Amino acid sequence: MSSEQEQESIRCLVAKVGLDGHDRGAHVIARAFRDAGFEVIYSGLHKAPEEIVQATVQEDVDVLGISILSGAHDTLVPKIMDGLAEYDAKNDTLVLAGGVIPDEDREQLEEQGVSAIFGPGTSVEETIEFVRENAPER
Amino acid sequence: MSSDETVLEDLLEGKHRALARVISKIENRSPGYRDLVSELYAHTGEADVIGITGSPGAGKSTLVDKLAETYRERGETVGVIAIDPSSPFTGGAVLGDRIRMASTVGDMDVFVRSMSARGTLGGLSTATADAVKAMDAFGKDKIIIETVGAGQNEIDIVRTADTVAVLVPPGSGDEIQTLKAGILEIADVFVVNKADRDGADRTVQELRDMIQLGNESGFAAGGGDGHHSQEVIDAHDDWDGESVEDESDAGWTTPIVETVATSGEGIETLLEAFHDHRTYLHDSGEHAEQVRQRYAEEIRTLLREDIHAMLEEELADSGGIDALAERVRTGETDPYAIAGEVLAPVDACLEELETE
Repeated sequence: MSSEQEQESIRCLVAKVGLDGHDRGAHVIARAFRDAGFEVIYSGLHKAPEEIVQATVQEDVDVLGISILSGAHDTLVPKIMDGLAEYDAKNDTLVLAGGVIPDEDREQLEEQGVSAIFGPGTSVEETIEFVRENAPER
Repeated sequence: MSSDETVLEDLLEGKHRALARVISKIENRSPGYRDLVSELYAHTGEADVIGITGSPGAGKSTLVDKLAETYRERGETVGVIAIDPSSPFTGGAVLGDRIRMASTVGDMDVFVRSMSARGTLGGLSTATADAVKAMDAFGKDKIIIETVGAGQNEIDIVRTADTVAVLVPPGSGDEIQTLKAGILEIADVFVVNKADRDGADRTVQELRDMIQLGNESGFAAGGGDGHHSQEVIDAHDDWDGESVEDESDAGWTTPIVETVATSGEGIETLLEAFHDHRTYLHDSGEHAEQVRQRYAEEIRTLLREDIHAMLEEELADSGGIDALAERVRTGETDPYAIAGEVLAPVDACLEELETE
């Protein structure tokens, strides 16, 4: 019966973590995701890793997009990944990173469980397509 | 053991991930979610449910944040359901209330969940009511539902709450606004937030006039000159002197509480007002009536959804609604005639049931 029909929507947390104070990119992504029909939760600026973990767990998002411009990804992202693991949320959350991330750091982030890294110049269509294809089946 | 049973057990044990997952199942209407919610009922009834509504920018999220913080200081656990609108075109939404929930960061015992309207026909209020049950069964002491007060949908949602606070920002319009039907009528408590701003006194005055008008039309009580000192307004439960005492047996007089959510001013008074309302509900027996009405509404909504679903299926089988709409467009028939035709077999079925 169609009242039992699923009304699933892709849920994403767009997160700004750490000290960088520029969130224009995060806003652009949040809006693009919204227009793609996703439900977007935006974290706001200057969030600690544990805040991001708390929001990811409570909101049960499919996708966590972390935007970092400050260069602190190598310390902040592992903290987030450990926090997700603590709540059994690591394996079924698609984690993406965006912003300024040097090529030599990519491998390390991917080892930690980041599924894709979208650097400057990535089109939003590409990002949306990736989310649609890779959002976890639950 | 099925995965639903496991997740239910984990929820009852207090695992946050399980609570989050159950709410997702409710929102998604995943297969089996109804059985899951059915199971929740046996574990509910302990939490106080408070609805917070008001126009965009009234300061709801900041106030909710401060309320949550104060409850936590008192050792109570809190669940928050923050509702934001979704796009009618794409279904997408930006759920932004969480940003302002800063005081309780890192404290998992404040469980904030953002929701948007996905379904129609009361779907959101059903989902909200079910999410409240999940939080209640989980063991939250206080559950706060926060929603923009923009229309009927929101009114349905706040009916899920025992106590409804309506935020009225200073300078939110002339007095005719307060006469309009809608969200002001559902208030158990008025909150004039941003009370440090210009125009707050006037807004308080307008609300007070409105309440008094309501009381007078109810039965010729009240009177008074409409001028009260600030202290009297602040001490909301006796702001109207004698006339309130007259009415205390007859019902609840909506108090007006002034707050400045950013600084936490007035929060204690507001919590007192919530507590008073709760005491009133229980002492007057109104709570039982309220709960009964709520369940009646839930049953109605479920029935409506189910029947709607059956009809949609029926329509799909008979060639879809577009074909019918086209017949109306070309002047062949009209919507009323079609509704009659489609429902005729249902009518016949029901009559048959009655005669049996």
